[in-house]
Amino acid sequence: MTFLAPWYDLRDLGNAVQALLDRIRDWGAPDWVPYAVSSLIGAVGILLWVVLSVLAFIWIERRVVALMQNRIGPNRVGPAGLLQPVADALKLLLKEPITPRDADRILFWMAPIVIFIPTLVIFAVIPFGGRMVLADLNVGVLFLIAIATINTPAVFLAGWSSNNKYALLGAMRTIAMLISYEVVQVLALLAVVLFAGSMRLGDIVAWQQHYNVWIVFLQPLGILAYIISGAVEINRSPTDISEAESEIVAGYHTEYGGIKFGFFYQAEYMAGFAIAAIITTLYLGGYTAWGLEKWVPGWALFLGKLYAVFFIYIWSRGTLPRLRIDQLMSFAWKFLLPLSLVNVALVGAEVLVWDETGVSANVALPIIGAVNLVFCLVAVVAWARLLGHGAGRQRGRRALLTKEVGVIHFEPAEGASPGPAGIPAAQALRRRSGQA
Amino acid sequence: MTLKSEPFVVNLGPQHPSTHGVFRLRLTLDGERIIDADMVMGYLHRSMEKLAEERTYTQNIPFTDRTDYLAAMTGNLAYVMAVEKLMGIEPPERALWLRTIMSELQRFASHCMAIGIFANDCGAWQTPVMHMFRDREKILDLFEMACGARLTLNYMRIGGVSRDIPPEFIPAARKLMQDLPRRLAEYESLLLDNEIIVARSRGIGVLTPEEAMAYSVSGPLLRASGVAWDIRTADPYAAYDKVDFDIAVGTSGDVYDRFVVRLAEMRQSLRILEQALDMMPSGPIHARLPTATAQPGDAPVAPLALRPPVGEAYARIESPRGELGFYLVSDGGPAPFRFHIRSPSFINLSALKKMTVGVTVADAIVILGSVDIVVGEVDR
Repeated sequence: MTFLAPWYDLRDLGNAVQALLDRIRDWGAPDWVPYAVSSLIGAVGILLWVVLSVLAFIWIERRVVALMQNRIGPNRVGPAGLLQPVADALKLLLKEPITPRDADRILFWMAPIVIFIPTLVIFAVIPFGGRMVLADLNVGVLFLIAIATINTPAVFLAGWSSNNKYALLGAMRTIAMLISYEVVQVLALLAVVLFAGSMRLGDIVAWQQHYNVWIVFLQPLGILAYIISGAVEINRSPTDISEAESEIVAGYHTEYGGIKFGFFYQAEYMAGFAIAAIITTLYLGGYTAWGLEKWVPGWALFLGKLYAVFFIYIWSRGTLPRLRIDQLMSFAWKFLLPLSLVNVALVGAEVLVWDETGVSANVALPIIGAVNLVFCLVAVVAWARLLGHGAGRQRGRRALLTKEVGVIHFEPAEGASPGPAGIPAAQALRRRSGQA
Repeated sequence: MTLKSEPFVVNLGPQHPSTHGVFRLRLTLDGERIIDADMVMGYLHRSMEKLAEERTYTQNIPFTDRTDYLAAMTGNLAYVMAVEKLMGIEPPERALWLRTIMSELQRFASHCMAIGIFANDCGAWQTPVMHMFRDREKILDLFEMACGARLTLNYMRIGGVSRDIPPEFIPAARKLMQDLPRRLAEYESLLLDNEIIVARSRGIGVLTPEEAMAYSVSGPLLRASGVAWDIRTADPYAAYDKVDFDIAVGTSGDVYDRFVVRLAEMRQSLRILEQALDMMPSGPIHARLPTATAQPGDAPVAPLALRPPVGEAYARIESPRGELGFYLVSDGGPAPFRFHIRSPSFINLSALKKMTVGVTVADAIVILGSVDIVVGEVDR
């Protein structure tokens, strides 16, 4: 941003901060003071925003899922139940902090903190607006990947230290899952970085603004892979395997109650917002929208997109059943990973050719977008067919309808072992029907 | 370096979100794979069979609501049929049709729960259950109209039913018959071809017909294994011999087929209901019972109780969960000498170990969901 905006220009809250810092400098304060003040403002701002968003979205998610399920949802505490999340948070705060007798006390206390802080730190590099970024690192994407990975050991800390079998199972599942999907995530981000030619998130947004194109149009496969691996990372259905309620009760945080559970809960939502923020920044143009940012505050655009992306996760939670861990793993290694690898190679080739030939972006970008869209569709369908998930084979069977009692219609499915040869069927049936 | 590894024992239950009550499954795991499974039952044991020996035949009817509490109508029906068999009572025609209607409504309601909870066990976070509840509620409304209760119905009586349906019942039922096929089509399109449901349930928990029969499994489990066996056609009771319907049969005996069979059975239930609503005659709803007189030595609570002649009787019906049978022995007194329930949940559950050893924890939950147990009936 080159123009000098007045402090009250709300299109970018960075203006106000800048004005304040200038004023401090005018007072003759040493250099570290404005630096510290700006960091403090950023940190407090992000923390406030995250906490308020989480509270709001707990309510929104519960109401939306309730709508999907023919229910009403929380509507008693406050107007339309709006204060329900506050009441829940208070309840968690006031509960007795219980540590199981056989738990590893230090690790048990550490885990919620270890999972909470990195998730919050992710937001430091996210540009909420042109100047609304706490730390505009030149290795922003790398930072995101590195910080997001800290979740994994934290989950394992929780699962291991609580000395609970469900927790251990959940932790085990989480490690296996996250390691697989981190790879896919990195590959998806790599393709974006190849386009923008920079790891600085601000530059990636600026690139999208400059060419007036969101990277989602150039990277349909990338955003699919990222949304899916994001769902894995934040334990959302259909990949909520590490805290699968119907199987392992609550997974790695089974033994946690009170505010420690609150930390996990908050961290999970925050991770969801972080994933949505990354998708918004890298794929959906961040705080820009084809010139609309001149009229509408950039941060409002950013938040709007972020919440829209997060809504996808709410939606999937209300609709999809859960995959089994081996299915999820083979989906990562057999399906997403090869396709992402080919995708990176394809994007590399495209960027290289574009650079070498030097055609204008108005020609090159539509071609690249079309090629990648076709590649995405063809590759997904062809690869799924190749792995045996063709439309015909996976279709469900229907029941046979018959009027003849006692007839056996059994076709052992391939791979099913024949049972022990027991009573001959017809004889057994006669015996059961008393018609011997 | 070699890593030391050892099997890992997990107690699934008795307090667990998806053991459908207080059932306990003791799993020995090798990683996620199950190498041994023990079923521990009895957490909901209420000693019903013994309690029933202290109560008169009529007083025992409410017990049968509380064994299979998701299908109280069929529980009632099987019991009163056993007593009728013992006493040689023929209920009037209208009562038989009412019993048929109520049984089929109950089957639909119970299968709603079975499918919804099964989808829940597959990890669909409550949505299918809540949708299924919507339809089940409508059926419970009909029950409320007929007998004033929604869950523990206590509707059947020895020799008939407790009261006739009110005039608004038939129009309400007909309206429901128009709505439910549409709903069923919705469930079929949402669940039957759902890629994740198919992936989670196909080829899991297979029971071959021989195994199924060796375990004496019945109901949708047996039919999913390909055995066309339904007591409604094999040994007709109530008015089932007068209506036209098909037995829904699966072909591969896996979890998916059980689910498919239940959905198909819901359609058949609607077929039966439509015919029954048309064909039901008017007339009395209760047979005359032999007059009882007080006997010397009677307990003061039951001076005028029914006294079936000395003998034994076994009556069975196709409950939503399978063959539900009541075995009664009478010594000529006002209370049964022996009261035994052949509960399909318990017997179907006995095949669980066969199905779960070798699969993963996640599969075991889905298999347990597909057996569709009601712990009240398992433990009695």
